[in-house]
Amino acid sequence: MIEYRDVSVLRGGTAILDRITLNIDKGERVAFLGRSGAGKTTALKVINGLIAPSSGDVIVDDRSTSQHALPLLRRRIGYVMQQPALFPHRNVLDNVATVPRLLQWAEERIRAESERLLEQLELPVSAFGARFPRMLSGGQQQRVAIARALIAAPEIVLCDEPFSALDPIIRGEMQTLFVGAVRASGAPEARTTPTTLVFVTHDVREALRIAERVIVFDEGRLVVDTPADAFMSHEHPLVRRFVEA
Amino acid sequence: MNELLRLTGEHLLIVAIAVTIAIAAGVPLGTFAHRRRRLGGVALRITDIVQTIPSLAMFGFLIPLPFVGGIGARPAIVALVLYSLLPIVRSTLVGLDRVDAHVREAATAMGMTDRQLLWSVELPLATPAIVAGIRIASVTAIGVATIAAAVGGGGLGTLIFRGVSMVDTRLILSGALPAALLAIGADLVLTQVERYFARRRGEA
Repeated sequence: MIEYRDVSVLRGGTAILDRITLNIDKGERVAFLGRSGAGKTTALKVINGLIAPSSGDVIVDDRSTSQHALPLLRRRIGYVMQQPALFPHRNVLDNVATVPRLLQWAEERIRAESERLLEQLELPVSAFGARFPRMLSGGQQQRVAIARALIAAPEIVLCDEPFSALDPIIRGEMQTLFVGAVRASGAPEARTTPTTLVFVTHDVREALRIAERVIVFDEGRLVVDTPADAFMSHEHPLVRRFVEA
Repeated sequence: MNELLRLTGEHLLIVAIAVTIAIAAGVPLGTFAHRRRRLGGVALRITDIVQTIPSLAMFGFLIPLPFVGGIGARPAIVALVLYSLLPIVRSTLVGLDRVDAHVREAATAMGMTDRQLLWSVELPLATPAIVAGIRIASVTAIGVATIAAAVGGGGLGTLIFRGVSMVDTRLILSGALPAALLAIGADLVLTQVERYFARRRGEA
């Protein structure tokens, strides 16, 4: 599904990503773990072409991202970042409808899917649909951002520390809601293949809670690639530091 | 009284035509300046320089020019367009610059093309700033238009200049007061428009 072939990203002579080779299968839930500046966000953004590799290739769906028409590819990839970054001039329903409208779905279908998804994220449309982002709390805004990313049943969902700006109690609830929503994302006919999830975080517990595979980045390099259930006993010194922190 | 109404109408018409042209040119120019930093900087510098030319001198420059210049309403409109351009270009640029980078990133990551990003996110979010520029341009144009009478451009300045040459204070005031009221009125109305758009974009 997603394949990194010797991918490097250089900025001003330094390697932000240093010759990454990596395979992520369809339906896998992967966490990119690392300290800040480790390159995990860059590794995420090369998947939907927000950042172009300086060398090497990222293959998504059997084609290099440099060969894809990026806007079309991105409509099939959900994206959630630390900031909800909702469109301030659009209400909740219109924010959620962004990708379906780009895909020219019928309005009834958009409405039905939005209602189902927002309900699941505990933001009933009757109460929240017409509200504008400024009228929502941070946690509510982030749930709308999640709905906006999941509405069109994307094959891939990319998350960049989506919960790190929230307070710890809400964060826990959000992680649970999020996993449920990702599993149930999309219309039934699109649900036959599970969503591939790539989740960037610096929080070990969050990584283990959400992912089944953990990849650790350090100074632009991929240093550990392990199943989540073997992470706690992994011997790499950086993992030990993460575990003991 | 009749003449006062006619001249007020003329005044407003000159300003309206000039500001409309300035919007039609200034918003695309500001958008361009936002996308192409260096060329945009040059464009902004030029409108900056134009803005510093004293208005009477500007009309003086325009008189000998063919096509755009001469005597009458045409050079008046040309001068007002030049003066209106800067605030509109600049406010468009500022409005677009102020769009949250994260919001822009989200729009791109959702799969919007550059054009969709511009039309459905950036320009709507920049609208209050653009309207602010239009407000400043309009108020300035209403003021400068009084001087247009010096080159036969018509408008309320006609009464002021006539009053000055006849040393008739009442005549001067009959042109100056309505011109001032027009400027204040335009400012009030456009401030409301600005607030309306700010509310709509979800701010106030």
